[in-house]
Amino acid sequence: MSASTAVKNTGPAAGATGRKARKPRRQGWWLPYALLAPAVIFELFVHVVPMVTGIWMSFLKLTKMFISNWGNAPFVGLKNYQVALDFDSAVGMGLLKSFGITIAFTLLVVGISWGLGMAAAVALQKTFKGRAIFRTLFLIPYALPMYAGVIAWKFMLQKDNGALNHLIFDNLGLPGDKPFWLIGDNAFISVVIVAIWRLWPFAFLMLMAGLQSIPTDVYEAASVDGAKPLRQWWNITLPMLRPVNISLVLVMFLWTFNDFNTPFVLFGGSQPPAGDLISFHIYNASFLTWNFGSGAAMSVLLLLFLMVVSGIYVLFMNRRKDNA
Amino acid sequence: MKIRSLAAVAAIAALALTGCSGSANDASDPSAGKTLTYWASNQGTSLDNDKEVLTPQLKKFEEETGIKVNLEVIGWNDLQTRIQTAVTSGQAPDVLNIGNTWAASLQSTGAFLPFDSAALDAIGGKDKFVKTAMDTGGVPGEDPTSVPLYGLAYGLYYNKAMFKDAGLTPPTTWEDMVAAAKKLTTGDKHGFALAAGSYTENSHFAFINAAQNGADFFDAEGKPTFTEDGIIDGISRYLDLMQTDKVVDPGNAQYDNATRAVNDFANGKVAMMLTQSNANSSISSQGMKDDEFGVVAFPSPKGGTEVATMVAGINMSIFKNTKNKDGALEFVKFMTSETTQAALDKPFAALPVLAGVTPSFTDDAELAKTFSDIYENKSRPLPLVPAEDQFESTVGKAMNQMFATIASGGTVTKEDIKAALTTAQQAVEAAS
Repeated sequence: MSASTAVKNTGPAAGATGRKARKPRRQGWWLPYALLAPAVIFELFVHVVPMVTGIWMSFLKLTKMFISNWGNAPFVGLKNYQVALDFDSAVGMGLLKSFGITIAFTLLVVGISWGLGMAAAVALQKTFKGRAIFRTLFLIPYALPMYAGVIAWKFMLQKDNGALNHLIFDNLGLPGDKPFWLIGDNAFISVVIVAIWRLWPFAFLMLMAGLQSIPTDVYEAASVDGAKPLRQWWNITLPMLRPVNISLVLVMFLWTFNDFNTPFVLFGGSQPPAGDLISFHIYNASFLTWNFGSGAAMSVLLLLFLMVVSGIYVLFMNRRKDNA
Repeated sequence: MKIRSLAAVAAIAALALTGCSGSANDASDPSAGKTLTYWASNQGTSLDNDKEVLTPQLKKFEEETGIKVNLEVIGWNDLQTRIQTAVTSGQAPDVLNIGNTWAASLQSTGAFLPFDSAALDAIGGKDKFVKTAMDTGGVPGEDPTSVPLYGLAYGLYYNKAMFKDAGLTPPTTWEDMVAAAKKLTTGDKHGFALAAGSYTENSHFAFINAAQNGADFFDAEGKPTFTEDGIIDGISRYLDLMQTDKVVDPGNAQYDNATRAVNDFANGKVAMMLTQSNANSSISSQGMKDDEFGVVAFPSPKGGTEVATMVAGINMSIFKNTKNKDGALEFVKFMTSETTQAALDKPFAALPVLAGVTPSFTDDAELAKTFSDIYENKSRPLPLVPAEDQFESTVGKAMNQMFATIASGGTVTKEDIKAALTTAQQAVEAAS
């Protein structure tokens, strides 16, 4: 519906300016713009408008007194940011801790997922019988509905009747008390493992696709020259996968840093401090206390951080490409 | 080719995954007038059970007034977020149930219809309600934005057979209760079950234990006073059930709702539990008969103030932006009428909120008497201040962590409790 209106709106109006221009434009020049317009309008609605609203909210005192009528919320300037960044206060300290945990979480999850994905992709690079079965098997975590997958982990990680403790202590007979996996410090290990389980098939899929574009004769030539598999991987596979890796690592970093679903489903309403990832932290900070201005300010800080990191990463990668 | 189709399948799967996050709710129908949307809270044994119980009443209301009520039953885990979203977006039901402890907090959003004298007259007058229940309607001195619907209270449930076998009588003091629990903790059985991972339950017992010590979480001006000695001692006493008395299974630190404690009790794994009066239906659905358990008031320590429960329960509110105010008031009047209450109190095991009505939630006269006594004489309302919900979330979550520390082998000292409460208080102050 909005596609047709967009065509109507852009078409004649833009055509009129076209006629006034000195050089007569080719007939139908507006068509690409008209075809793009719906996508641009949707993009504005879906991404840009909420983002601008979020930034605007971060300057307001948007507590429960005002959420039924946003217009009345007083403008407080940078106060929300001051509170979020005052590391002597409980709020700022909580955010800083959560930030540290999230960095450790992201490094572990992205690093290990990439390693697993790469290992599996290389292992399945050559054709052999049953390769399709492995490929399908490896992709299952990615194809499962997120909620179903994580809730299954939640059941497995219960202390008294969970499958993991049952396996380790009842079946394998390990001595000692059954530990908690979802509360206390072990919660961090649990959320890392579940996040890796969800993410690595994506790395596998992308790297597997990338590997298909490397011609086999390069490997053949290398092995004629006496290069062992590890050397081949280091000198052929890695450099040739570079374009894939650059975007893959960036995307995985952004997804993992922002991961909300895994801790939300795994821990439910009571997140342990060790598993206090930043998106979940911000959600709790704004929804539990109805302080949406403060939550928005924290989100903007998160956005800035991710933009800076992504920017530096892209710059650095491009420069290295130019030098090479 | 294979890879491409694989990638395509993965992409479709990814799209499907992102697409399955909840659909928007079409709460208020613009063609309103002859319809009302009603959000009910989960009071029965399941959401379906609630629907079964409420539907005949809503039919009756439709026959009487011609107004059709669209019912949605919402679980407790989602209710608060759903209300927040409704307040923020204005896409709200006409009438809804709220936890009565949220009344003052929700009142401060300004999104709910104040029951001024005209509105109160329309639903049958303020005096038809029990005063204790009516007092939870909102901030004192202002027109309330909610009226009581179901009354609930905490009680100490005990397993009669286990007590008899151990030669024990139901406890009347905290000290007796702990001694009995210790005696009943043998092998894989425990004296006590707690919903130690539920922040709402934990905050309620922080309040009750502090009140037994004569301490309050907020002063007269509504400022938080979380670090008073009486509060720290009260919380410490409650934590010690797991920490030093060891009468609670550390596994309870993962019990994030009351149901799991109720299950342990009904299955004979524990001898006592603290739960609200509506647990009866869940207990019997697990196979424990009504005469196999008894209830007494949650006891105070010797010399302490006799507070056994907060005034728990469910209130009803009307959204201010309803297009059918008269119909909504009519519906509240219907739901709080004696006949409807009589029909609902039994299946939902609710205590009466109407003055002069005898409890009908159980056939057991003694049980009814015990709970009426607790509700009317041994109860305190939770702080009636706008920051009440923040008290529940910050203090409750701090207690979740303390139980988690104890359960995983650590210790929680009074200094630790004070530090955690200081942090909680700062968070509440920052948000107000």
